[in-house]
Amino acid sequence: MQKQTLDIKQEEKKVWDILGHITDPEVPVLTILDLGIVRAVHYDANTIEIVITPTYSGCPAMDMIAANIRMELLAAGYQNIQITHVLSPAWTTDWMSESGKEKLKAYGIAPPNARQQVCNNDLFAPHEAVQCPLCNSYHTHRVSEFGSTACKALYQCDACKEPFDYFKCH
Amino acid sequence: MQHINFILSLADSNLILSQRNAEWCGHGPVLEQDIAITNITLDLLGQARNFYQYAARLINETGNMPGHIATEDSLAYRRTEREFKNILLCELPKGDWAQTVLRQYFYSAFCKGLYFQLLQSQDQSLAAIAEKSLKEVNYHVRWSGEWVIRLGDGTAESKQRIKQALQFLWPYTGEMFMPADFENNNGIDLASIKKQWLLDVQTILEEATLQMPAEHIFMQSGGKSGTHTEHMGYILAEMQYLQRMYPDANW
Repeated sequence: MQKQTLDIKQEEKKVWDILGHITDPEVPVLTILDLGIVRAVHYDANTIEIVITPTYSGCPAMDMIAANIRMELLAAGYQNIQITHVLSPAWTTDWMSESGKEKLKAYGIAPPNARQQVCNNDLFAPHEAVQCPLCNSYHTHRVSEFGSTACKALYQCDACKEPFDYFKCH
Repeated sequence: MQHINFILSLADSNLILSQRNAEWCGHGPVLEQDIAITNITLDLLGQARNFYQYAARLINETGNMPGHIATEDSLAYRRTEREFKNILLCELPKGDWAQTVLRQYFYSAFCKGLYFQLLQSQDQSLAAIAEKSLKEVNYHVRWSGEWVIRLGDGTAESKQRIKQALQFLWPYTGEMFMPADFENNNGIDLASIKKQWLLDVQTILEEATLQMPAEHIFMQSGGKSGTHTEHMGYILAEMQYLQRMYPDANW
């Protein structure tokens, strides 16, 4: 019995390793583990269940991510793969890994600020101070709260004048 | 069945408004706002999908329709006008920018109150969809509220346009708070949502230097029970064309 438990743990670890190589189709520097959308892996002799949660309700990447998970696991020899979508607790950018944030910045996208610090729903609330991923200046301004994908806002740096994407805190 | 109809009505309102707002794609007043309204549209579509997928699951569990499997697509593309339960507000034409942002504010401020109550629902799947949607609705309320203020307290023309939008849209706001038969005894207190909604609207309109319309005027209704305006058939004709013409067509 104990050996069996150990096997399960090892199998689950192998699956986590595979998931750690699957990237987000829209932000290819981030893996789905960096994003924090894989909530659990359950393995038993017959099935493997991957529990994922969407970033935004309408994010078109989710269907593709689910398909990629299935393909990678099939390629690794797994069968009976079940992908379960959960909505609660709702995804937050606080689940993004620190290494993911560093990769985002190196890619030219400002990583999300910590949620408690800045999420403010007041009308005309002062915009978040976001650091320019190129020159590191905090003299930036928000051009639009909505950007090229649901998870991003448009900013421009007042120091180096470059426009950039901000992965907004959510 | 009452519960399924309630979920379908939430799905339908989100889908139809998303279809309407999508008409702005490529036509927004400036690029950033074109992107903003289409982002909001995508959120509404995603929320609609969550509600449809859940409704489809419940319909299939009842087993009332042997040989027929409900899916999000069959619910969105294969139902007729009379079967759609969206509120009339969502199907009205997009109009000008003033009409679009004011309608969005009215609807999002309502959804905020509704989803907040749904968090306490005994139906945990529904509570989970509400929890997810609420985070997005907060952005929509702020964005649309800021635009109402900007237009009302803006130029002579922008003020004139938002006043016209207010006059046109107001009689369609009452339906949100009139319980349909599927909303009786479902734990949602529409009266208290209305109270908070009126306060929120008043705050925004005051800030926008606009006058609050009279609360007790004749209000249009019928959408929740499938009696729609003349605009509805045209939306469905466009939205459902492909699946009607080529059933089960796929990517």
